[in-house]
Amino acid sequence: MTVETKEKSRDRQAWMGLLARAEARDLARLWEGFGPLPAHEVLRAPEIGGVMLRGRMGAVGDAFNMGEMSVTRCSVRLTDGADGHAYVQGRSRDKALQAALTDALMQGDAADEVRAKLLDPLAEIEGQHRASRAAKAAATKVDFFTMVRGED
Amino acid sequence: MQTLSLTGGFRDAPKDAAFAFRAVMNAMAKPGEINSVTGAEPPAGLSAAAGVVLLTLCDPETPLYLAPGFDRPEVRDWITFHTGAPFAPATAAQFALGAWDDLPRGDFPLGTAAYPDRSATLIVEVDDLRGDGATLSGPGIKDTAALSLPERAAFQQNAALFPRGLDFIFTCGDRLAALPRNTKVS
Amino acid sequence: MYVAVKGGERAIDNAHAWLAEERRGDAKVPELSVAQIREQMTLAVNRVMAEGSLYDPDLAALAIKQARGDLIEAVFLIRAYRTTLPRFGASRPMDTGTMACDRRVSATFKDAPGGQVLGPTFDYTHRLLDFKLAADGEVPPAPEASEGEPPAETPHIMEFLDREGLMQRDTDSKTPPRDLTREPLELPATRDLRLQALTRGDEGFVLGMAYSTQRGYARNHAFVAELRIGKVAVEMDIPELGFAIEIGEVELTECETVNQFAGSKTEPPQFTRGYGLVFGMSERKAISMALVDRALRWEELGEDNLGAPAQDAEFVLYHADNIQATGFLEHIKLPHYVDFQSELELIRKLRREATAAAQDAPREAAE
Repeated sequence: MTVETKEKSRDRQAWMGLLARAEARDLARLWEGFGPLPAHEVLRAPEIGGVMLRGRMGAVGDAFNMGEMSVTRCSVRLTDGADGHAYVQGRSRDKALQAALTDALMQGDAADEVRAKLLDPLAEIEGQHRASRAAKAAATKVDFFTMVRGED
Repeated sequence: MQTLSLTGGFRDAPKDAAFAFRAVMNAMAKPGEINSVTGAEPPAGLSAAAGVVLLTLCDPETPLYLAPGFDRPEVRDWITFHTGAPFAPATAAQFALGAWDDLPRGDFPLGTAAYPDRSATLIVEVDDLRGDGATLSGPGIKDTAALSLPERAAFQQNAALFPRGLDFIFTCGDRLAALPRNTKVS
Repeated sequence: MYVAVKGGERAIDNAHAWLAEERRGDAKVPELSVAQIREQMTLAVNRVMAEGSLYDPDLAALAIKQARGDLIEAVFLIRAYRTTLPRFGASRPMDTGTMACDRRVSATFKDAPGGQVLGPTFDYTHRLLDFKLAADGEVPPAPEASEGEPPAETPHIMEFLDREGLMQRDTDSKTPPRDLTREPLELPATRDLRLQALTRGDEGFVLGMAYSTQRGYARNHAFVAELRIGKVAVEMDIPELGFAIEIGEVELTECETVNQFAGSKTEPPQFTRGYGLVFGMSERKAISMALVDRALRWEELGEDNLGAPAQDAEFVLYHADNIQATGFLEHIKLPHYVDFQSELELIRKLRREATAAAQDAPREAAE
């Protein structure tokens, strides 16, 4: 049984989250540039289901159920024995399979290549999108003390 | 989670589960009939039929009681990965898995007059499953049938509780039979 | 008693074919795509997700197209689809404190850290129909604040308002929430069930109930302490991993209201809170939810029951679900031929008896 150190866990959490948030078409496009799907055994074929989302009363209190989110999950095992898992938002079986394979590859020798060709580009896309949105929101922030005094 | 526990689930869940469900349904509808099932490869010690029943009927909302002898980490991991069923004491269980002598039959919920369905279904692993032994009669049985039940008294007492009561699925290897609560045993 | 009537299959098939044609409308007009609805009718998509209780913008957009824009019909489609999804589990409670806020305003606290961020709001538009929108046109990119500004921290405003201890606090007792889509809703309903019922309740109904509290039914003067809209991470514990991972991101609208409460025999004078949390950008619904949440809390706060409809949990919770409501409402279209026939016979009989009695009466009087 593999013992995950806290740091390895955090790293893995980070890439699994990145894959879950990615758009299915972005992940598919990057995989095409990466190569063919590696040989693998399917532990759990991509399955579409729901996860009940919970909020907190008053933002800090007891939890309450809001409603479900569509999620696709998948588990694979590579020939080297690494298990890859994916729980990704949406109803894309391809995205779940690709995410699970990515997760498995990240635990082996291909990790650096996978990071460079799949994870970093996804992080770049996400980062740009978030920054742009944050910048637009910031532009709508009210500055109560600004008085415009002409052209200077 | 042990690497072995992640294998052995349905390969094509919608299709495999549909076949399995029909087999269990037929067994319940025609008590005494023994059906073969396929599709599950549970950890050692659990019959394939019991595995199929668990995969088909259990999910995150069906609390499951594991009797001694089956309450092992690899069994728990397999059930958790493939079904998500939470584990519960017998008093709160909707399903139970164990050998006949290990199941605390008096502890399981029997349902209420308003909701007789809120009782437990016991998956009983047996060493042998044959069409002889106790005599069965009642709904779904033309005249009589026979099944190698582990005893008679407990099932007679259970049938007397109708509409409340427990339901039973007997599993051995890749075969299963069922005894719903309204079958008369003699 | 419902009677089964036969012979309608052909009529039904033809009705469906005509429905499809009507849905398409004038074939010379370009067909609406699901992506167009998702992108350009986002607020309708949000409502369908919230009331359908399923966060999936593409599905909601498809439902809206199929329902020809009837949002309650679209919610019906989403509710039905939900039942086909196996439930993998539940998320950890989402942390709205880490929300990347597109919009964040407060009516109580002008200078909160993170400031007043208007977001893409209708609030300051003049509500004049814009006929330029009737023609397709390029939309210029929205202005972005200059680079170099670090992302603003937006902690919850309630944390500051609570400094003097005048605020009623919500605490986490770690009680697992109940789910009214799995067990029948029974009264008295705990607050977790009330909030679930409200977040998926009909926006119009919850709005009307909220408005009633402002008009004096339950005397609720609420202030919006904070309204925030943006994306929040969704985390879930995965048994086969042994730790939690982020499985996605959802847009939420959160509204916290504060209400003055003069105190009771059991509670000191303090500010009490209402809470609204809804899928998507759904501001009106979130504020309404907070007001109705507050009204329904009268009992645990030791307030008087003023007999206001919004204080009546049975009235609010049992009529808030528009699918339940329309289901029972529309069932009266089903054949009730036998029912009505027996009613007709009864009315005729009563009428005959009444007429006979009227004829006898003058004779009796004359005798």
